[in-house]
Amino acid sequence: MNTESAQVQQPSTPASHIIAVLTGIAMISGFLVVLTSQLTAPFIAENQRIAIEAAVTRVIPGSVSHKEFILSDDGLKPAEKGAEGQRIYAGYDASGKLLGVAAKAAAQGYGGMIYLLYGYDPACECIRGIKVLKMAETPGLGDKIIKDPDFQANFDRLDARLDPSHMALLHPIVTVKHGSKKEAWEVDAISGATISSKAVGKALNRSAQSLLPRLLPLIGELEVAGK
Amino acid sequence: MQADSLSFIFLNTVLANNFVLAMFLGLCPFLGVSGKLSTAIPMGLATLFVMLVSSVSAYGVNLLLVALDIEFLRLIAYIAIIASAVQLVEMSLKKYSPALFRSLGIFLPLITTNCAILGLALFQTFRDYNFAQSVTYALGAGTGFILAIALMAGLREKLVLSKLPTVTQGAALSLMLGGLLSLSFMGFAGLGGAH
Amino acid sequence: MSRRTDNRITWETFSEGLWKENPVFVMLLGMCPVLAVTNSAINALAMGLATTFVLVASGALVSLLRSFIPKQVRIATYIVIIATFVTMVDYVIQAISLDLYNALGAFIQLIVVNCIILGRAEAYASKHRPLKSIVNALGMGTGFTFALLCLGVVREVLGSGSLFGISLFGDHFQPWVVMVLPAGGFIVLGAWLLLFDWLKQRQALPQEEKAHAG
Repeated sequence: MNTESAQVQQPSTPASHIIAVLTGIAMISGFLVVLTSQLTAPFIAENQRIAIEAAVTRVIPGSVSHKEFILSDDGLKPAEKGAEGQRIYAGYDASGKLLGVAAKAAAQGYGGMIYLLYGYDPACECIRGIKVLKMAETPGLGDKIIKDPDFQANFDRLDARLDPSHMALLHPIVTVKHGSKKEAWEVDAISGATISSKAVGKALNRSAQSLLPRLLPLIGELEVAGK
Repeated sequence: MQADSLSFIFLNTVLANNFVLAMFLGLCPFLGVSGKLSTAIPMGLATLFVMLVSSVSAYGVNLLLVALDIEFLRLIAYIAIIASAVQLVEMSLKKYSPALFRSLGIFLPLITTNCAILGLALFQTFRDYNFAQSVTYALGAGTGFILAIALMAGLREKLVLSKLPTVTQGAALSLMLGGLLSLSFMGFAGLGGAH
Repeated sequence: MSRRTDNRITWETFSEGLWKENPVFVMLLGMCPVLAVTNSAINALAMGLATTFVLVASGALVSLLRSFIPKQVRIATYIVIIATFVTMVDYVIQAISLDLYNALGAFIQLIVVNCIILGRAEAYASKHRPLKSIVNALGMGTGFTFALLCLGVVREVLGSGSLFGISLFGDHFQPWVVMVLPAGGFIVLGAWLLLFDWLKQRQALPQEEKAHAG
């Protein structure tokens, strides 16, 4: 109704002028947005690389260097732009010995998706650490999954052995109620943050179930790549 | 309950992650239009309606943006479709249901600048919700908004009758009330997490 | 008309946003980010600076284009301009720090619907020269940042026992967690408003008494 009266009051502006102005504004805005996204792209990529680097070092204890690979149905390839498949990070010590493999996992948490990186150690067939990359859990409750030392201790040596058929985990990773962890493949939930804890367990289980059976036959290739 | 099941999304957005009381979205109408129940509830209904329409449109537009690889235009596209969704709702209501238009009409223009709508569209994108999840999310967000604004209006109607120090009669009191409501809604935080 | 063409830039142009028309404490605008991202001082500061940038940049552009923009489509035009600058800020923050970007989350993009920015574009920038609009927008942005910091500092000190991430009280401090939770946001802002209302009332009292005496 307001717009109608405004149009009645001001018949002087022709439609062509309006269209010209709107097109002009759209061009300016498009130009600015594209310019910024192009200019900032390398910095954002660099930030992400640093964040991943730090996370990989943390989830593969003792690693000093890493290499990125793409795991697909065709096997392993060095990470390159545009390659299809799952990105994994192999961590090596100073002498080039393979210490572990890191991969990303995600699951729906309490306040949104929880993205994390976890490190798998082929020597002990276990998960050696996790690092939350991105989450929106409640401060003071769900965000304990980042720092709570008792919760982090779950992932010191979390059992991730494969069953004899090498198609799935021998024991699926599950999150159990706070204080009731008995087995090496169980994750002890944080009291008061059950949903967030469960999401972490679910993300790990889902990712490990699909990744490890494909990854283990190729561990030899990763070991060679470090030399 | 699984964290991505529809019932969990609905209950979680209505109660535990209430848009107004936990995520601070849509505070302007929450503080501005919560004086009386008789205006608060139509405002809430209008918001729910626009949320549903813009959630569906945002879902479609995002598919298009991703397909064309121009995600950097997402924000501009979303704000444009929300503004047009509000216009569309306004025009169709006027044509097909004049009675409803008379009760909701004045609130519609206000809703364009309600950050709950844009927030809804952005959050459903960030959370990678599928179509059914997005609609449920919008439904939950709208219902939660109605719940919050109706509770607030009820409290404020009662407060008019009580004697208060003059210094507290203003936005400060509304915010304190909001704080108490938010605190009580924290009681829902364990919802769905229990065994 | 003579007031609109008053081109002088005075201290008043800048300072009205700081106190007399403070967007948060006086006009109660842009409440969503005020409460949502002020659970720590650093988030509050970043949000304030981002909003200030958008305020200044959109104010400048709107003011430059003010005589070209047809009245009928002005709101749409302003929103497109604002959304453009917000998208730019979004990318820049990602480039500066991913941690900060993750902490602020969707609220950077929600700057678009911050009523302060649209309000200033409509009420001020569309009627004044670019330079004057910029100075005014800077004032408003500073006032907004100041208000965010007021909340962020109180909430971080009480809720996490630290300030700008530096622990203040040592390990024996039991943080008042509710302060960093949503409820704390409402209550702290309510408390600040109470304080300011009370101060205002006290200032007004002696003047009233004088008026009565006179």
